Amino acid sequence: MKKGNTVFFKNKPCIESFSAVCGSKEKEGIIGQYADIALDDDMYGESTYEKAECKMLTTAILQCIEKRGMTEKDVDVLISGDLLNQIISASFAARDYDIPFLGVYSACSTMSESIMLGAMLVNAGYVKRAVAATGSHFASAERQYRYPLELGCTRPPQSQWTVTGAGSCMIGKSGKIKIVSATMGKVCDFGVTDVNNMGAAMAPAAADSIMQHLKDTGTQSDDYDMILTGDLGALGSRIVKDLCWEKGFDISKVHVDCGEIIYKVVENEFQGGSGAGCSATVLNSYVLTKMQAGLYKRILFAATGALLSTVSSGQGESIPCISHVVEMEL
Amino acid sequence: MTGKTTENFNSNYLNYIKSQDPPTQHFKNCLSAFGVGGLICCIGQFIRFMLEYIGLSGDELAGTTSVVLIFLGCLLTGLGVYDRIGRYAGAGSIVPITGFANSVTSPAIEFKTEGWIYGMAAKMFTVAGAIVVFGVFSGVIVGLIYYFI
Repeated sequence: MKKGNTVFFKNKPCIESFSAVCGSKEKEGIIGQYADIALDDDMYGESTYEKAECKMLTTAILQCIEKRGMTEKDVDVLISGDLLNQIISASFAARDYDIPFLGVYSACSTMSESIMLGAMLVNAGYVKRAVAATGSHFASAERQYRYPLELGCTRPPQSQWTVTGAGSCMIGKSGKIKIVSATMGKVCDFGVTDVNNMGAAMAPAAADSIMQHLKDTGTQSDDYDMILTGDLGALGSRIVKDLCWEKGFDISKVHVDCGEIIYKVVENEFQGGSGAGCSATVLNSYVLTKMQAGLYKRILFAATGALLSTVSSGQGESIPCISHVVEMEL
Repeated sequence: MTGKTTENFNSNYLNYIKSQDPPTQHFKNCLSAFGVGGLICCIGQFIRFMLEYIGLSGDELAGTTSVVLIFLGCLLTGLGVYDRIGRYAGAGSIVPITGFANSVTSPAIEFKTEGWIYGMAAKMFTVAGAIVVFGVFSGVIVGLIYYFI
């Protein structure tokens, strides 16, 4: 059933298991004790950062399947994507598994997009079980989007720190946490061209999708225990609250941003974490663990993505952004 | 409200986010740039005195001092120290010759994984290329002005 841009899942697909792998810097923060594997070495024993990112993703997928006491044969489809060009981490991780693979790209909102697609497939009965996964690595993202790691330059105060980590979750038919509905996001572009200010670029997309979801489902923000955005950072979080408030939706009491909470901001993280791994690790460790324990009963997960490339930003294009919303409840 | 079509809302939004921007701490940045930049120059001067002491002079002395500073810049980059200095000092560590060394060494380290020729050698000047081009260009302009005056 569909109303507006929101799809309602009648057969209630569930999160059967979830898993997260995080890097050394993330280990210090809130997700450290909830992640299945917290690395001490960001290279993860590999020769390049790209390989390390791929290995994190592979491990997260494997952990997720094994935690459920299953093997790869029990999974019908793997939906995954990442930030690198031609989504190499996801495709290379899928190479290790005997599972059909659907590659998706939605920048940092890949997690919510893949959960949504997985839930759609399971709900329709096309597959029994789907695994949704994504990840990112600080060093590989830095190399692709910004400068070499060792270059001695300053970071502007609006900037965020790409999260090193990967998360995955299995969507099936039995489980405690149910996926109730999902809103497909529209691409929003308010003309922000500053690539260091992703929070401001992505906030309108998050606000648009969240408000669309509230309208379509006829709910209030207070009906949720938490509205979790992906990687808006401290600045973007302020903006999204303002934008929603302006349209008559007060989300300030329940809004939490993964990027804002992931680090103890001490060094150069400034506005907080970003990247596909940000929402993936926070959701698949801290949030879902707490939800399974019954602490949160109903949440909205709205990961946000900035759909730019180094070419488009070099040519002076503004940053189009997207946000997909997934509603989960016990 | 998906953006681009509503030009008016765009400019309102851009003005609004400008008001929300965390301020850049210009005074503090200038101060740390001045301190660290000055310190690098002092180290350079110290090296110069030492080289003079062991008997170098003229062009030889200036050249050797630069070579030693470049070496130190490269070494600190390789050890992963220079980027930390750079984050704190900003222009203070970019402007001296050690900063130039850093801008050549850092992509060389970064792109080594893509091979020695197309990776390291070809991409070594991704950052420093701009410095070389505009350095030579402004050198020519200043030279011409000097010639005609």
